[in-house]
Amino acid sequence: MARYILRRLLLMILVLFGMSVITFALTHVVPGNPARLLAGQHATQAQVEAVAKLYGLDRPVLEQYWVYIAGLFRGDLGMSLTTRRPVLDDLRQYLPATIELTTAAILLVIGIGLPTGMLAAIRRGRPVDHLIRFFTVAGVSMPIFWFGIVLQIVFYRNLQVLPIGGRLGIIDIEPPRVTGAYLVDSLLAGEVDTFLSALIHLILPAATLAAGSIAVVTRMMRASAIELLDADHVRQARAKGLVELTILRRHVFRNALIPTTTVVGLQVGTLLAGNVLTEVVFNWPGIGLYAVNAIRYLDYAAIMGVTLIVSTIYVFVNLVVDIAYVVLDPRISYGSAETSGR
Amino acid sequence: MPVDSNPALLDEALAAEQRRRQLRRWLGRLFGNPLSAIGLGLSAFFIIVAIAAPLFASQDPLAMDPSNRLAAPSALHWLGTDDGGRDILARVIYGTRSSLLTALGILSLASVIGTAIGLTAGYFGGWVDETLMRITDMFLAFPALILAMGMAAALGPSLFNAMLATALVWWPWYARLVRGQALHLKNEAFVEAARVAGATGLRIAVRHILRNCLTPIIVQMSLDIGYAILTLASLSFIGLGAQPPTPEWGSMVTVGRAYFLDQWWIVTFPGLAIFLSVMAFNLLGDGLQEALSPRLRR
Repeated sequence: MARYILRRLLLMILVLFGMSVITFALTHVVPGNPARLLAGQHATQAQVEAVAKLYGLDRPVLEQYWVYIAGLFRGDLGMSLTTRRPVLDDLRQYLPATIELTTAAILLVIGIGLPTGMLAAIRRGRPVDHLIRFFTVAGVSMPIFWFGIVLQIVFYRNLQVLPIGGRLGIIDIEPPRVTGAYLVDSLLAGEVDTFLSALIHLILPAATLAAGSIAVVTRMMRASAIELLDADHVRQARAKGLVELTILRRHVFRNALIPTTTVVGLQVGTLLAGNVLTEVVFNWPGIGLYAVNAIRYLDYAAIMGVTLIVSTIYVFVNLVVDIAYVVLDPRISYGSAETSGR
Repeated sequence: MPVDSNPALLDEALAAEQRRRQLRRWLGRLFGNPLSAIGLGLSAFFIIVAIAAPLFASQDPLAMDPSNRLAAPSALHWLGTDDGGRDILARVIYGTRSSLLTALGILSLASVIGTAIGLTAGYFGGWVDETLMRITDMFLAFPALILAMGMAAALGPSLFNAMLATALVWWPWYARLVRGQALHLKNEAFVEAARVAGATGLRIAVRHILRNCLTPIIVQMSLDIGYAILTLASLSFIGLGAQPPTPEWGSMVTVGRAYFLDQWWIVTFPGLAIFLSVMAFNLLGDGLQEALSPRLRR
C-alpha cells in the first residue's frame, strides 16, 4: 500500500505541474492584452509599454513562466489588477467563506443523499422509489444559479423567512477572525446571536450548492445498495434469520458506502465549481465571487490564482479519497485508480 | 444468386436479421420505460422548436418596446416582457436554437478531438499512449467548469468562445472512452485478419476500430448534451457567453436577476427552459444507455 500511495503522490506532482502549465498558458499565450487593460482605455502606447514592463509582461514567455513557477513556490501568485493586492492575500481573505459554504453543502449531501438512496433501494419499484428517481433526475438537470434565484423568490420574497444573501445581517458584527468561518469563529467568541445569524444565512446557499450533488449521491447509493440487496452474502444473512435492520445496516449500508465515497469525493469538484455560481447569486464573499469579479476586468493573476487553488484542493481531495478507498476496501488492487468528475 | 446457396451471404443475412431484432428490442426498451419516453418526447419538442423557431415565435426576439417594459404575462405577451420591452416567449424560443446549436457544437468538437487523441493513443500504445494519456489526466484534474471558465475568460467573452472553451475541456472524456475501445478492439480477430490481409495502419484504425467505437461515442454524446446546455448557460450567466440582448437562456437569467423581486417572469421562464431541456436530454440519454447496455437495467 505504501507503494501505491507513493505512486499516487508522484502522479499528483505531475498533475500539479501540468496544471501550472495550463493556467499559465491560458493567460499568457492567448489573445487579450492585460497590460492595455491595466493601463486603461485611453493610455498611450508608451504608457501601456511601461505598465507591461512594470508587471514583467514584456519578457519572453518561457522567462515569464519561470518567474511564475518560482513565485508559486514562495506562495507568490502575483498581484491582482483589480484589488491591487497580492492574489495570495485576496485568496486568504475569501477562501474561508468558500470552505464554510462547501463544507455545509458536503454535510447536506451526505446527510440527505445516503439515507434517501438507501430508502429508494429498499422500496425499489414502489411509488417512493419513483418519486426519488424523479427528484434525482430533476436535481442533476437544474441550473444551479436559477435554482438559487427560485429559492430566493420563495423563501425571501414570498415567505419572508430567510435572508436574500450575504453571510450576516446588516446589524450583525463580524466575529473576531480565527478560522474565517463565521460559524466557528462566533462560537469561539461565544457570540450566540452571530452564530445563529450566520447559520440562517448559510441555509439557502448551501441548499442551492448541494442540490445537484445530493441527486448524484442518492443515485449512486441506490444503485450500489440494490446490487448488494441481491448479493449472495445478504441472502445468506437473511436465510440464517438475521433481523432485517441489522442486515441493512451491517451488510448493505456499510458496503454500499465504499463506491459512494468515491462519488462523494468527485462531487467536491462539482461543488467547488458550483461555488462560483452560488456565490454570485447569494452575494457570498468567497473566491467564486472574487473570480467572477476578476473575469469582468480580465484580471488574469486573480483568475489564475482561483483556478489553481480550486484545482489543487480538488486534486488533494481526490488523493485522500483514493487512499481512503483502498483502506476501506481490501479487495482493491493497488493499480492505478482512475478519478474523474465533472 | 439465391441467398441459401452461399454460406457467406447466408451469414450476412442472418446477421442483418439479428441486428434488426436487436434494434427492435432497444426501441422496445426505450419506449417501455415511461421516463425515457417522456425524455424522448420532450427532446423532440425542443429540437423542433429550435429548428422552426421563426414559426413558433410570433414576435421579434430583439424588438424593443419601451412603453411595454417589464410587462407581466398577458394575452399579448404570454410570458411577459423584459427590461427593454422584448417579448420573453420569443426570446426563449430563439434561445432554444442557440442553446441546442452550441451544445451540439461542443459535443462535435470535443468528440472529434477526443476520438483523434484516444484512437492514436490506443492504437499505437507504448510511449505515444503514455504521453497522450498523461496530458489527458492533467485536463481531467481540473473541475471542468472552473477550467472552462478560465479558458473562456482567456479567449474573451462570447458565445462562440464559451463553446470552444467547453469543448477544449471536455475532449478528455472522449479520448479516454475511445482509447479503451481501441485497446480492446485492436486484438480482436477481425482486426488481426485485416492486418494479415495487408491493410495499412490508418485503414485499420479508421475502418475497423473507429467504426466499432461509434455506438459508445453516440451514447456518451446523448448523455452529455444536457450537461453541455447547462455548462453554456452557466458560462453565459457569469458573463462569459452570449452577451445581452442576444436571446440566450443563461444571459436572460442574468438580466432578470436585477428585477426578480418584482418581475419574477423575466428570470423564471428562461431558467425553466434550461431545466426542462436538460432534463429531457438527460432522461433520453439515460434511457438510451440502459437500452444499449443491459447490465445497467434494474
